[in-house]
Amino acid sequence: MVAEHTVKAFDEDITRLRGLIGEMGGLAELAISESMEALVTGSQAQAAAVIARDKRIDALEQEIDKLTVRIFALRAPMADDLREVIAALKISGMLERIGDYAKNIAKRADSIIGRETFEPLTLIPAMAEIAGEMVHDVLTAYAARDPAMAIEICERDAKVDAFYESIFRNLVSHMMENPKTITSAAQLLFVARNLERIGDHATNIAEMVYFAATADYLGNRADRAAVPSSPS
Amino acid sequence: MSGRIRGAWPGLLLLSLTMIGLIAAQVSLLAITAVTLIWLFSLWLAGRDSAPPPPLTTPSRLDIDAITRAAMRAAIEPLDVPLLLAHDHRILAANASARTALGPHVVGQDARVALRHPDAVSLLDLADGGSTTVRGLTGARSLWQLTRRRVDANYWMIELRDRNSEADISRAHTDFVANASHELRTPLSSIIGYVETLADAPRQFDADTTARFLGTVLREARRMQSLVADLMSLSQLEAEKHDAPTGRIDFGALAGRVVSEFTHGDGVTRVEFTPPERALGVTGDVGQLEQLLRNLIDNALKYGDSEKPVQVGIVNDLRDHAVLTIADHGAGISADHLPHLTRRFYRADPGRSRAAGGTGLGLAIVKHIVERHRGKLDIASTVGKGTTVTVRLPVTNIAQALV
Repeated sequence: MVAEHTVKAFDEDITRLRGLIGEMGGLAELAISESMEALVTGSQAQAAAVIARDKRIDALEQEIDKLTVRIFALRAPMADDLREVIAALKISGMLERIGDYAKNIAKRADSIIGRETFEPLTLIPAMAEIAGEMVHDVLTAYAARDPAMAIEICERDAKVDAFYESIFRNLVSHMMENPKTITSAAQLLFVARNLERIGDHATNIAEMVYFAATADYLGNRADRAAVPSSPS
Repeated sequence: MSGRIRGAWPGLLLLSLTMIGLIAAQVSLLAITAVTLIWLFSLWLAGRDSAPPPPLTTPSRLDIDAITRAAMRAAIEPLDVPLLLAHDHRILAANASARTALGPHVVGQDARVALRHPDAVSLLDLADGGSTTVRGLTGARSLWQLTRRRVDANYWMIELRDRNSEADISRAHTDFVANASHELRTPLSSIIGYVETLADAPRQFDADTTARFLGTVLREARRMQSLVADLMSLSQLEAEKHDAPTGRIDFGALAGRVVSEFTHGDGVTRVEFTPPERALGVTGDVGQLEQLLRNLIDNALKYGDSEKPVQVGIVNDLRDHAVLTIADHGAGISADHLPHLTRRFYRADPGRSRAAGGTGLGLAIVKHIVERHRGKLDIASTVGKGTTVTVRLPVTNIAQALV
């Protein structure tokens, strides 16, 4: 917090809370990039690493849950502190979901057949890069408490959605032309879906970052397309 | 100070209440006086212990801290290497390059929030500092090496070293296949174009035009041939990169043989060869060393001034190296191209290189050969004067030189 509290332990609690969110975010980011690598290369070891590391994300979520409950009970936070704690609680839930989606992608790594010649596979990493960048940037926005950046990230979600649409159509036509690849292509449909969900959750986190910073709900704004670049 | 007086009020209030109570209970006056005195004394003691420390120590410690931090901040600020100054997990200061790399918000943050990457965070947990390479710290493809060093009992310095250029190099290897197929496609499409034209209307062209077309086809086919040959020698070199060559070679004699290849039928040559004073035995691969010399002399002839000679010389330096120098007199190469010359398909002047029949792989092959022979390659050039390539190879047993 910019202003220090009379009770120093409260500051420590908030710092710890933010630290846990940061750690969780770092793990989630890594999970996305590594699950994608596992998917593209078919590396079982990497997929297993992503799946194993997801346990740590789950444990962190629990730790954040406990800490927020403790803060509510002991410190009864007000105003921006209250928003900070609520945002942390919600963000941790979303990061946990992002970790789950990444884990799910990693689990599908070994079900792609004929990886070298399977053309649609080359489309996925580009989408993952956009979704991963959204997660990376939203966590930076959280660290910087930057509402303008949060708005910008929300606008990027349309790009992921468009990507999902195009991959979906591409995969469907690929399946019609090459019925043999339906198993692999169907797996990729789920992967693309997971990435699209990751983008949605990054948007939700951005909304919470905006809420924590401005006390206003980004989702409620009448016209999202015409949001001013600087928060009022 | 006001806090001290305020802090004593509840005590005094309690004291007066107790006294009233004691008087009401008709306790002896002596006992009441004794209780009052003990009470007042304890209040005085408590006041003396708790009140003074804050005004005395806190500001002065803050003062020293502030000066130290400001001084450290000023010291690291102008450095090119991104540096973070941390106390436990908290980032106290970041210099200008670190703020550019990570964003200005990192200052004052918990490192887990500011850096976030699990590998970077686990580095912070190490008791004695250390170093780790982190991928994806500032973006999807970024690569940083983080080093954490202790400054004193409280502070840690985190140094971020940019490894992105190295990541670029490994990416260049991946791009290699794409480049190679592109390089092959260009002559191939030109061959197909000319042959198609001739096949579609065989009688439409006179003999001259046909000959010109066929000449182009032949030249492009040769280009593809040399490209394929170069690619094969490169992959061969890649494959045996780690096994040292075993042949024993008289380097001077070998160079003499290669130089003589560049002599025209009528005995005219632009290559001036200065052989070494005595036989220099080198452990190496005959075919590869010949190719090294051929590529370098060929380059010198191609890019040097066509009127001026190319000097090839071999000497034995004091540190038992055979030093081969190949110098041309020509346009030279500007300094910003020099570090990239040995990269595959890198051309300082693409048009000229292709026109001269270059594959863009010559120096990459030379570099690989030199590395396999545990040698050193050095390219020096002055724009407008010419280029000198120096290859140093370790001299082995001279007496046993065989070839």
